[in-house]
Amino acid sequence: MSDLKLNRGDVMKKIMGVRNNALVITGLGSPVWDLAASDHRPDNFYSWGGMGCAISMGLGCALAQTDKKVWVITGDGEALMGLGSLATVAAQRPTNLAIIVLDNEHYGETGMQRTHTSYGTDIAAIAAGAGIPKTMTVNDEKTLKELTTALSSSLLPMVAVVKVTASKPNLVLPSRDGVYIKNQFRQAVLGATEAMHSS
Amino acid sequence: MPDPWTTEAHRLFKKFNIKTVGYVPDAGLTDLINSCEADNDINAVVMTTEEEGIGLSAGAWLGGNKSAVLMQSSGVGNTVNAIASIIASCQFPLFMIVTMRGQFGESNPWQIPMGQAVAPVLKSLGVQVYEVQTDQEAAEAIEAGLKMAFVSNAAVAVLIGQKLIGAKSFIADVAEEVTHV
Repeated sequence: MSDLKLNRGDVMKKIMGVRNNALVITGLGSPVWDLAASDHRPDNFYSWGGMGCAISMGLGCALAQTDKKVWVITGDGEALMGLGSLATVAAQRPTNLAIIVLDNEHYGETGMQRTHTSYGTDIAAIAAGAGIPKTMTVNDEKTLKELTTALSSSLLPMVAVVKVTASKPNLVLPSRDGVYIKNQFRQAVLGATEAMHSS
Repeated sequence: MPDPWTTEAHRLFKKFNIKTVGYVPDAGLTDLINSCEADNDINAVVMTTEEEGIGLSAGAWLGGNKSAVLMQSSGVGNTVNAIASIIASCQFPLFMIVTMRGQFGESNPWQIPMGQAVAPVLKSLGVQVYEVQTDQEAAEAIEAGLKMAFVSNAAVAVLIGQKLIGAKSFIADVAEEVTHV
């Protein structure tokens, strides 16, 4: 539990300020609206389901796109459902993958029930224990600056847990059509021909 | 000598340009896992649970890579929501090889219920299920499945029958000595 908490909208704005050509995959729920509000682009993959799979999706993409950075932006509830994938990422050590957990200590989509992080579970410590070489907890402007510096410079993989307030977000909704979201992303990354006629 | 179907599977992975292979180990998959781990052109990814394989496969496809996911039959139960919510909703390709337990000469009763549920569960999710019992059937199904997955954006599972991989003699195979109490 942490008393120091940031506003998720401000955090996303600052993180996206150093994005450049990083590919972004979200977990379901608030990170979808956060990303759509702060940096809506074709190379965003918005998850509307598959809770617990955002980190493994990021790993799959990072192993395929080794010349680009891949960022997973997810919530604490979603990350808690796929904790084992942190060990899998650690075993692979992709140098282009960053996992950013916006931790509001609540399940935002289901009625703001408390998650384990509100009872003391520390996802950054779990990530470190899983073998992720760089982990950090962000809870003020100074550590947020360290995160944006790390995202633009450091060797990855990295897990950053950003403590944010459990505020109601402004809903900025991207398409819910999974086929469209997938094809947009592939077209942006691979080009139209390769996206539709995979070699 | 490796099991013949696993040699064919690895050859077909190369033919179809499979770059990522996620797996949770099973005795029947040992030779295929070893050949993928030894292949510098394949990212062999050991996973903590089979559900990760579904995310891994979808993520690989987003990044332009084809992948395969290997698991034992009991692991299919761990993949259900990920297949429904991610693979089916977005029409991602998916290619799985499942080595079967609980099917033919099983000596661990706890394997039987999930083993029996594998095919109907996968079919209920819209996955094409190819059940094979011989090396030749396995090779044909793997080739057809890879083509269908990555050309037609289908989800395909090849179930390697327990008759082909052999019913495990339970602990007796690996223990120095067995005592019953």
